[in-house]
Amino acid sequence: MKQSGNILFTGVGGQGILLASELTAYAQLAAGYDVKKSEVHGMAQRGGSVVAHLKYGERVYSPLIEPGTADIQVAFEELEAVRYLPYLHRDSAVVVNTQKILPPAVATGRASYPDNILEELRARHIHVVAVDAFAVAREIGEIRTANVVMVGAMSNFLAVSPGIFLDVIDQRMKKGFRKVNRKAFAAGRDLVYASRRHDKKR
Amino acid sequence: MSVTKTDRLWLSGNEAIALGAWEAGVQVASGYPGTPSTEILENLCSYEGVYTEWAPNEKVALEVALGASFAGVRALATMKHVGLNVASDPLFTASYTGVRGGLVVITADDPEMHSSQNEQDNRNYAFAAKLPMFEPSDPAEAREMLARAFEVSERYDTPVLFRITTRIAHVKGVVATGKRIGLAEASMEKVPGKFVMLPGPARTRRAAIEQRMTDLRELAETLGENRIEPGATARAFITAGTSYNYVKEAFPEAAVLKLGMVWPLPGEKIRDFAAGVDELIVVEELDPFLETHIKAMGVPCRGKDLIPSRGELNSFIVRQAIEPDKVGELFDPIELPMRPPNMCAGCPHRGLFYCLSRMKDVFVSGDIGCYTLAALPPLSAMDACVCMGASIGMAHGMAKALGEKGKGRIVAVIGDSTFIHSGITGLINSVYNDSYSLVIILDNRITAMTGHQHNPASGANIKGEPAQAVNLEKLCRAIGVKRVTVVNPHDIEATGKVLKKEIARGKTSVVISRAPCVLLPSEVKRKKPVYRTVTENCTGCMACIRIGCPAISWHPLTPEEAVERGYRSKQKGFSMITEVLCNGCGQCAALCKFDAITAVEDEG
Repeated sequence: MKQSGNILFTGVGGQGILLASELTAYAQLAAGYDVKKSEVHGMAQRGGSVVAHLKYGERVYSPLIEPGTADIQVAFEELEAVRYLPYLHRDSAVVVNTQKILPPAVATGRASYPDNILEELRARHIHVVAVDAFAVAREIGEIRTANVVMVGAMSNFLAVSPGIFLDVIDQRMKKGFRKVNRKAFAAGRDLVYASRRHDKKR
Repeated sequence: MSVTKTDRLWLSGNEAIALGAWEAGVQVASGYPGTPSTEILENLCSYEGVYTEWAPNEKVALEVALGASFAGVRALATMKHVGLNVASDPLFTASYTGVRGGLVVITADDPEMHSSQNEQDNRNYAFAAKLPMFEPSDPAEAREMLARAFEVSERYDTPVLFRITTRIAHVKGVVATGKRIGLAEASMEKVPGKFVMLPGPARTRRAAIEQRMTDLRELAETLGENRIEPGATARAFITAGTSYNYVKEAFPEAAVLKLGMVWPLPGEKIRDFAAGVDELIVVEELDPFLETHIKAMGVPCRGKDLIPSRGELNSFIVRQAIEPDKVGELFDPIELPMRPPNMCAGCPHRGLFYCLSRMKDVFVSGDIGCYTLAALPPLSAMDACVCMGASIGMAHGMAKALGEKGKGRIVAVIGDSTFIHSGITGLINSVYNDSYSLVIILDNRITAMTGHQHNPASGANIKGEPAQAVNLEKLCRAIGVKRVTVVNPHDIEATGKVLKKEIARGKTSVVISRAPCVLLPSEVKRKKPVYRTVTENCTGCMACIRIGCPAISWHPLTPEEAVERGYRSKQKGFSMITEVLCNGCGQCAALCKFDAITAVEDEG
């Protein structure tokens, strides 16, 4: 089992990023790691760029991921997947939700949303896994589980077993939401698992 | 919140401080919301056996805590760094009176200004007010150290400052739990020589402060919170707070003197430590506070000649500052459109600021709150923002400086909670000294920016229980404001008319722009129409784009694309509402002259 690691969660305020990072942290804790997570409240909730740092290991001191050391980035929006590029390294995996949310300057016609932005990551040989989390969540019947779909997809890159994640969902979510979120996690996990196998065959 | 064992929780620094305060037997806690301090009281108010409240401002909060301390119980005041400026008046003299029950004042500093107007280093207050200050490095330590802070407060008869930063307050980590200590019995005692700071008793207490600081310096030498972590002595570190974590990750082998009490400093311990190492580096965020005082002891060290004085640190910055050659290469950032925070879809402030944005000749003296975001494009409708409550005084000062030239051109804009915090005195001044600025109170019925805390005008207390609400209209009239007009900012046309009229009047008048925050649970539940774009009617005039609503976006077109969509080839694009984001305020529909925005009737 990997002794330590850094996971960066990025996206736009209101996308359920904090819940996703929370579930991941509790799974890491249940797996026996020390875990620290850092986030910023206040301005961040008003539709701004949001980032949460999650670090796990035997003993974690700093709550902030060092630039160049994020092993995994879970990005809930395409532009945000690229914004934190200096945090990534050549072996980083980026699990990205294929959603575009227009920043204010773009929405008001003062700038344009860059085309094929994820190519910037691929061009640097970063492993990009694009997930249409909304489509998966819609299929499950609860659009609000898109963030848990993302956690499921990301979990493929962690040594923590999926059972631990499912336990955490049971422990930490309200009764009415457990079943649908378990489904969302499993769907996200299967999605990437399939694509990883496909990668290997190639 | 249990992790695996029940005696260990995974908590944010602020949750850990609430837990620590409860365990330490705090019986009265008061504060004013402010990032990153807000969640301390939000959590503490859910514990049994402790009275908590939101005060109108930090000065009142500290005075409340001081009164509780005078009555013999442990008390806590919480605030963000700039809040301590407001509370500094009672702070400096509470240093003279000392305490009966333990008194701890939490200052939550914000290096990097994630959600603040400055990044002042409040360790300087400990020096200036002659008070001890503790500074934890993570949530677990925050809880433990708070108990120590209360002990020190009572043993040394002093208020204690407790400094956290964003990377303590909003970091989650594993925290141990303990039992609550036995509570002190409140009692009334008259001790004029200690509580009545007339010049005579104050001079006596002044001497007591000197003795206290001497005693505290002695304590600092043996205090467990000031500990040496042995290691390589070729390059060793003195550090505190979250900077300690960065040193441990960047230079895990090095010897470290970690200071938990950052004022007063343990002179002997520092000298001894320095004597045993080859190179000594002080690593701290913001000011060279430790460095300056260590150098004043005659101990040579390096610090801000290497470590940045601005913004937050992290382990990368610390390593790079000290060993620039050993830092690996990073991917360069790519230039991307910025994503600053924005007022929410359906925010009532947007309507008001849209009206102001159309009055190009008017100077908008602004204040602190969500509405400060109106300074950003496309509204760009705020021309000054300095501190809580400043809008009204600044507008008055401009009016007095500009005289006739400024008439009809100066507006102060302030939120309901900010007005109560420190705007009322400014309004009294404007009326008393015969000003002509218009004061607009943005009353959205809550303290919204910090995450919906109640305030004296919202009609509920910290626990959400009903409370007396200030009547803003009556308050303004009692101050002597002759005209107080209430507008609904969602009605842009009517609001614009009232503003024009009131700005032109040439006397201080008040407009209350009243509509609840769209994120209030009562508003979220309320069924509202959702608005939809009839794109074929859109002429690309961009009237709706100019309000900057996050639910409305502009879609540019080439002439060919325009023709293909049935528009004139000159049309540069069209607007579209993302219906899932729309909160149904209808401001955009009122601005559209081409029937391109319509309400979707209730479809069940």
